[in-house]
Amino acid sequence: MAIRELKVCLLGDTGVGKSSIVCRFVQDHFDHNISPTIGASFLTKTVPCGNELHKFLIWDTAGQERFHSLAPMYYRGSAAAVIVYDITKLDSFQTLKKWVKELKEHGPEDIVVAIAGNKNDLGDIREVPMKEAKEFAESIAAIFIETSARNAVNVEELFQKISKQIPPLENPEVDSNESFKLTRQPPPSTRRCC
Amino acid sequence: MDGEVHRAAASWENGTLAPVDRLRTERADSPTPGLVEGTEPGAGQKSAMFVHAQSFEDLTAETEEARKEAEGYSELGKPADSTDGIEVLMGKDTISEKQNKKEGWQDSKSKEEDVSSEAWRSHRKHVFVLSEAGKPIYTRYGTEEALSSTMGVMMALVSFVEADKNIIRSIHADGYKVVFLSKSPLVLVGVSRTSQSDKELMRELQYIYYQIVSLLTLTQLNHIFQHKQNYDLRRLLAGSEHLTDNLLHRLDRDPGLLLSAVTCLPLASSTRDVVSSSLQAAKAKSLVFSILLAGDYLVTLVRKKDQFLHHIDLHLVFNLVGSSSSFREGEGWTPICLPKFNTAGFFHAHISYLEPASDLCLILVSTDREDFFNLSECKQRFLERLSKRNAYQALKDALKSPSYSVAQVGIPELRHFLYKSKSSGLYTSPELPVVYQSEEEEERLMGLYHDLHSRLHHATRPLRSIYHCGETENLMAWVTSGFELYLCFSPLGTKALAVSAVNKLLKWIRKEEDRLFILSPLTY
Repeated sequence: MAIRELKVCLLGDTGVGKSSIVCRFVQDHFDHNISPTIGASFLTKTVPCGNELHKFLIWDTAGQERFHSLAPMYYRGSAAAVIVYDITKLDSFQTLKKWVKELKEHGPEDIVVAIAGNKNDLGDIREVPMKEAKEFAESIAAIFIETSARNAVNVEELFQKISKQIPPLENPEVDSNESFKLTRQPPPSTRRCC
Repeated sequence: MDGEVHRAAASWENGTLAPVDRLRTERADSPTPGLVEGTEPGAGQKSAMFVHAQSFEDLTAETEEARKEAEGYSELGKPADSTDGIEVLMGKDTISEKQNKKEGWQDSKSKEEDVSSEAWRSHRKHVFVLSEAGKPIYTRYGTEEALSSTMGVMMALVSFVEADKNIIRSIHADGYKVVFLSKSPLVLVGVSRTSQSDKELMRELQYIYYQIVSLLTLTQLNHIFQHKQNYDLRRLLAGSEHLTDNLLHRLDRDPGLLLSAVTCLPLASSTRDVVSSSLQAAKAKSLVFSILLAGDYLVTLVRKKDQFLHHIDLHLVFNLVGSSSSFREGEGWTPICLPKFNTAGFFHAHISYLEPASDLCLILVSTDREDFFNLSECKQRFLERLSKRNAYQALKDALKSPSYSVAQVGIPELRHFLYKSKSSGLYTSPELPVVYQSEEEEERLMGLYHDLHSRLHHATRPLRSIYHCGETENLMAWVTSGFELYLCFSPLGTKALAVSAVNKLLKWIRKEEDRLFILSPLTY
């Protein structure tokens, strides 16, 4: 089976749960007392997708403002960007919009954007209505999903959706009915870049 | 060498234990020819030191310069007849300021409950950081917002004294010491009820200053405040407050920060040599330092030729790694400024644990921010070489007992000690005996060491040795040009016993030095 490397970066406000999502996806583990990410963390996980293996090269970036200027280093050359917000914090949704704008202006043209509303286990203190977020995602042709890293809800699905949006190397027609947007062939992904 | 140690100790025995003022003029000269800097137990064998050794005096040198400057200023305004620059600077006029300050506190008391509560006031040591515009940046306890008026008063005090071309150093009142450190564009203020001297408190504030610089660089700090004087720096420091909190905790607890030194994981020298040479071989063009830590112990450090890592920078790295569980997830990649190396720019550090559950953490410091994957390969090469040469298992075994018992030394009265080799900047210390293992007792013992340190390094009357009889323990401290030694004895011991114990201990350290210290540091 062919292995394709997919570079994915996570962006979003500090404390929304980027690292928790990655930790749940990669190690199937959740830590209540995780300390804020410093700089960025790099992790990998390989999952099967159709007749291919997708090796996710994940850059989990720090949400703190002082690391903001480093972000281009991570989304540059990424096949996909997951922008995370916290459904219980309206501010984090505003930050998400800024990230979308930045990606549109400076990111790779054909980058797959996924919007993840995390902490969906805290529905009773929700500040961002699901409908609003979903509509926003549709307006920019992005994947949308609400997740809970704590309860392991929709984390695998998030990455599966990304996998499906990445057109297979051989026959780009397959699975394209799932896509929100037509993407061009991503740059040769065996290239190592950061 | 043993003979020399013995002779050294003998000459000292013939000398005097009592603090003699005239000794201070001779402090620079070695009283003990065999124990001059560079030949003491624990000193490196090569002239190249792995850590750029700095003494306590070097660390505070900047302050001293500033003080001289301040004294220069004071000559302009006031007769400089007092020997204590601090008091000269404060003079009589400032009594009213003290009262102002207190009123300031009471003002905030009526507005904010938390910062005015008795619990808040009764903390032993407060630390505040503010901008020159008086904007709060950090407080150790409480919230910055609640303290904006207090910090405003602090800035007013600083400005008021500066207007007279003076520099405010400290205020002593009511059992409190309020120490000011002005490091443009930041002002740091410490408020302490401890017995620590102004100099020690100032040194701790310097650490906090360097901690902030290591996150942002001084260049960026200056740039920000040049463009916007009343910028709220907390925006940029958000998420890193715990680093400063932890550093303050370490300053109270970690003998390394007190001694300006680092301690090593006790390791057979053959194993350490393999680890060091494996790390040396896993080099990359952009690498400047490769550091292997095991918790708070240094395992080895390999550096680029001619580049030295200052112990403050190394402590900041220890603090960064020890405070952030996030490095346990995957491989970390972060900009870090090593302020004692260069305040202007960032290095980029690849930080990762050798195994998820291991305490062994590898830090590769590089000059190239795009070099992550290259460094990631360096780590793999290091691990492969380590396993191939069977050192990894030996290293993991050593980790199971990272400390040693004082009983190994074979001096029944000796409970605990700190020994620092000045030329290598390394110290060794046994694990705490049972009597000091509770949190309060540990804190009390560290407090005693702090006191001894403070008296040995007194700004105007430094001492060479102290013997102190207490109710619960007897203490002794001795500083030479080669080493610093702090000992804690059972209260039943005598001075004569203590003196002979020192001799025995130094011999023991000499015997064990290749296990306790890094004697042959490597460079790329």
